[in-house]
Amino acid sequence: MRLRTVLAAPLLLGAAPAAAQDHSGHGDHSANDQEEAQPQADSETEDHSRHQQAPAPFKLADMTGAPAMDHSMHQVGDLPSGPPPPEAFEGPQHAADEIYGEAAMAEARATNHATHGDMKTGTLMVERLEARLGEGEDGWLWDVQGWYGGDIDKFVVKSEGEGEIGGDLEDAEVQALWGHAIGPFFDLQAGVRLDLEPETRSHLVLGVQGLAPYMWHVDGALFLSDRGDITARIEGEYDQKITQRLILQPRVELELAAQEIPERGIGAGLTKIEPGLRLRCEIAREFAPYVGVEYEAKLGETADLAREEGEDAAGFKLLAGIRAWF
Amino acid sequence: MFSKQMGLGPVSRRNFMLGTAGVAASGLAMPAWARGESLTHAAQGPGEVSGERIALTVDNHHFGVGGRKGHAIAVNGTVPGPLVRLREGQNVRIDVTNNLAEDTSIHWHGLLLPFQFDGVPGVSFPGIKPGETFTYEFPIRQSGTYWWHSHSGLQEQIGHYGPLVIESAEPDPRYDRDYVVLLSEFTPRHPHEIARLLKVGEHYFNYQMQSATEGDMPADERLMWGGMRMNPRDISDVTGATYTFLLNGHGPMDGLEYLFTPGERVRLRIINGSAMTFFNIRIPGVPMTVIAADGMDVSPVEVDEFQIGTAETYDVIVTPPAGSHALVAEAMDRSGMGLASLTSHRGHRATPPPLREPVTLTMADMGMGSMDGASGGAMSHDAHGGMDHSGMNHGGDAMAGMDHRSMDHSMRDTSKLPPDVKVGPGLDMVSPMPMDRMDYPGLGLDTVPHRVLRYTDLKAARMNPHRMPTRSMEIHLTGNMERYMWSFDGRKFSAVTDDPIRFAYDERVRVKLVNDTMMAHPIHLHGHFFELVNGAGMMNQPLKHTVIVQPGSTATFDVTANEPGDWAFHCHLLYHMHAGMMQTVTVRPFPAPEDAA
Repeated sequence: MRLRTVLAAPLLLGAAPAAAQDHSGHGDHSANDQEEAQPQADSETEDHSRHQQAPAPFKLADMTGAPAMDHSMHQVGDLPSGPPPPEAFEGPQHAADEIYGEAAMAEARATNHATHGDMKTGTLMVERLEARLGEGEDGWLWDVQGWYGGDIDKFVVKSEGEGEIGGDLEDAEVQALWGHAIGPFFDLQAGVRLDLEPETRSHLVLGVQGLAPYMWHVDGALFLSDRGDITARIEGEYDQKITQRLILQPRVELELAAQEIPERGIGAGLTKIEPGLRLRCEIAREFAPYVGVEYEAKLGETADLAREEGEDAAGFKLLAGIRAWF
Repeated sequence: MFSKQMGLGPVSRRNFMLGTAGVAASGLAMPAWARGESLTHAAQGPGEVSGERIALTVDNHHFGVGGRKGHAIAVNGTVPGPLVRLREGQNVRIDVTNNLAEDTSIHWHGLLLPFQFDGVPGVSFPGIKPGETFTYEFPIRQSGTYWWHSHSGLQEQIGHYGPLVIESAEPDPRYDRDYVVLLSEFTPRHPHEIARLLKVGEHYFNYQMQSATEGDMPADERLMWGGMRMNPRDISDVTGATYTFLLNGHGPMDGLEYLFTPGERVRLRIINGSAMTFFNIRIPGVPMTVIAADGMDVSPVEVDEFQIGTAETYDVIVTPPAGSHALVAEAMDRSGMGLASLTSHRGHRATPPPLREPVTLTMADMGMGSMDGASGGAMSHDAHGGMDHSGMNHGGDAMAGMDHRSMDHSMRDTSKLPPDVKVGPGLDMVSPMPMDRMDYPGLGLDTVPHRVLRYTDLKAARMNPHRMPTRSMEIHLTGNMERYMWSFDGRKFSAVTDDPIRFAYDERVRVKLVNDTMMAHPIHLHGHFFELVNGAGMMNQPLKHTVIVQPGSTATFDVTANEPGDWAFHCHLLYHMHAGMMQTVTVRPFPAPEDAA
C-alpha cells in the first residue's frame, strides 16, 4: 500500500506530460494532408504553366478590396491564415535538385539532418565516488551513470555499489536501460539490472528520471527480480548554489519492498531512508570534490531484522568524495 | 572619400605574442583534430578583397587572442576573413577553394541573389567538397553593410566569417571616414564540444546564476521560477566563461584603434558576426546616429546605446570630440566585452566602463505580459498599427492578481497553440500571453538612464511599395532549455526538410513569430528583406533580414516573396540552429529556364 503511494508521485510527474503529448498528436489537421498530396502531383510534370488549369484545393478570401482600408489599423487577425496558393507547390520537391542534381543534393540533405537536429551525444557522470566514515565500519561507495543517444531515445547505463574500506564489496549492480523522453522534463527508462554482489541476481527495471518542479532531480525505479520480488528505489537531489562554484546538495534516497526478502534482510514496506547533505566545490564544472554528512536508517521490519543480526539500524556517516563527469 | 584603418598596429601585434605565451599556463589539452598537423597562425583582423573576380581560400589555422588559443578556420589566412568590398550594380565572381578535410560553404548574409548561390548546403547547393573550388556568380543589386559566413556545421564559430560592404552606386555624402566593426567571439574549445556541453551540462557556461549570495530576487519569485523549472539568469547559452569577445578579430586587451580627426563624421558599420552573442553597443559620451539597419537605410535616429542581435548590422554616424573614446561591445549577459578605442591620438587607449550587473528575466520574458510597465505596458497604442491590441490590456491587469503558485501550471498550456505545432518533449513552455515587444530595447537595457534604440524607432528611409498582405501565418519558436532542444512549431529541421514553409511568387504575407521560450532569438530569412510591422506605417516599415523575437513575445513582419527558390530560415544563434531551429522557405513557381537571368 505504502509502496504504491510513494511510487505514484514520480511516476505521475512523468506521465502527465506524456498524456498531454498523446492528445495533441491529433492536431495534425487534415488540411495538411491535402497540401502534402498536392506537390507530389505537381512535381510529376515539368510544365510550369499547368498550374493555371489545376483546380485549387482551397479558396483564398478575396482581398482585392482591401487597399481601401486604413492600413495603420490593420491587424494580423484580419488576414486569412489558410494554406498558400496552389502555385507555391509547383516544381520539384527541392529547388536545388534541378541545378545541382538530385544525388548531390540528397547527400547534402542527409548531412543537414545530422547537423540540424539529429546530433547524437553522450556523457559519463560519476555522481558520487566517496568514502563514508561512521561508527564502526568505514566504507566507500560509487554511483555512476552514463548515456548516449539523441534528444528522445538514449541508451543509459547505471552502476552503483559499496564496500568496506580494505574489505569486501558488499553491494554492486549494473543497469542497462533504454531511455525515452515522455515529456519535456522526464524520461521513461526500461531495461535490466544485474546484481553482482552480494549475490548474482537479475531484475527487470521500469522507472522515470528527470527534473521535477522546484528543480529536484528525481530518479525512481521499480525492480522485478528473477525470483518474483518487487522492490523500488527513489532518489531526489537538489543543487543549491551558495556561490557560482560552491554548491550545497540535499539528497534523499528511499528504498521499498513489496514483500519480505528474508535472505537479504529486507522486510516489506519502506525499508531504508538515506537523507544527506553534500557541499561541493566545482573547481571545474566537470570536477568537484565534496564533503558531506548522511543519515542512514533501516526502517520497519528491515530495521528489526538488522537489530536481530546485531547491526545498528541507523547512524550518521561523514562523507568525502568527488563528483566528476566527462 | 573615405579612409580605412583596421588597427593592425604594433601594439596589437605585441599583445598577440603575449597572448600566445600565456596559453601554456592554461593547461589546455591539444585537441585530436589538431594533432599531427602543423598549422600556421591566422592573422588577426581581416584583409580586403574587391573587384569583379575574387578568390577566397578556406584553411585550417591556429588562432590566439588574450591568452586563449586554439584551432581556427581562416579564410585567406585571416580571422575574420577578408572584407569583401563591392559596388552596387557590378557583377561579381567569387571562387571559394576548400582546403579543409570536411565540406565547407559561404553564405552571403543579407544579399539578394539567385538562390543557387546563397550557399546553404542541403538547401540551396550541395556544399563545397574538400579540395574543390566553387564559383559564386551574381549581380550586386543593393548597397550597405552585410557579412558572409560558413553555413556548414559549426565552422562559423571558429573563424569562418567576414564583413561585406557594398558601396552605393550614388555617392554617399553622409560621412568622412568609414570603418567596419565586426563583432565576434573566439573560444579555444572545439565547437562540437560546446554543442555537447550544452546538451549534457546544465548551464555549463553560466557563472552568473542566482545563488544564495547573488541576485536580489525575492524568495517567492525564486520559488516560482524553480516551480517552472526555469532559470531567470538564462540570458546567454555560451558566455565569457569561454569566449573572448572580438572587434575585427581583436580582443579587448589588443588595443584596437579607430583613428579620427575631431569634427569628422565617422561611419561605423557594426556587424554582429558572432555565433551566440547579443551585444550592447555604446561609446560613452558620444551619441550615435543610426542611419541603416541590416544594410538598409533608415531615417536617422540618435541614441546612446543599442543592442545588436546575432547577424544584425547597424550603421551609425558619430562625430566624436577630440580624445579617446571607448567603443564598447558588452555581451548581453554582461559576462564580458569587446573593446576598441575611437581616438584622435594614435596610441591613446580609452578607459572602458565596468561591466554592468547581470540581467535577470522578468514576467514579460515568460510571455506573461508586462508586470511593471517597463515595456509592453508603456506602449502607445497609436504607434502600433500592426499589433493585436486585444491581448494587451489584459496583460497587466490579469497578472497583477495572479497567484505565483498557479503559474507553473499555466506555463505549458498547449491548448493555446495552433494545431500544426507539434507538442512533445521538445517544447517546455507556451507563452500564456505573448505580446508584441517592438518597443523593447533588449534584455537589460530597459532600465538604463539614457536613450536606447528600439525597433519602433526604425523607419525606412525610402518608401516601400504600398501593398497589403493577402495572407497571414504564425510560426512558433519552440524549445526545451533542459534538453537543449530548439525548433520551429515543435519540429526540428531534420524532421521537416521535405515540408517547407511555402510562399507563392510575389505573394505578400504577414508572418507573426511567437516566442514560446525564455530566450531572445534572432530569426533570419535568407534572400529576402522583410518589413518589420513596428507601427512605422506600411510604407515606412523598416526592411530587415534578421529580427530579434524577445523572450515570451511576438514579432511580426510583412514579406513579399519575390525571390524564387529554396531559402534557409533559421535562428541565427549557431547552436540553436544546430539543434534544429531551422526551416526551408520555398518561393514558387520558379521562373522557366529561358526567363532566368
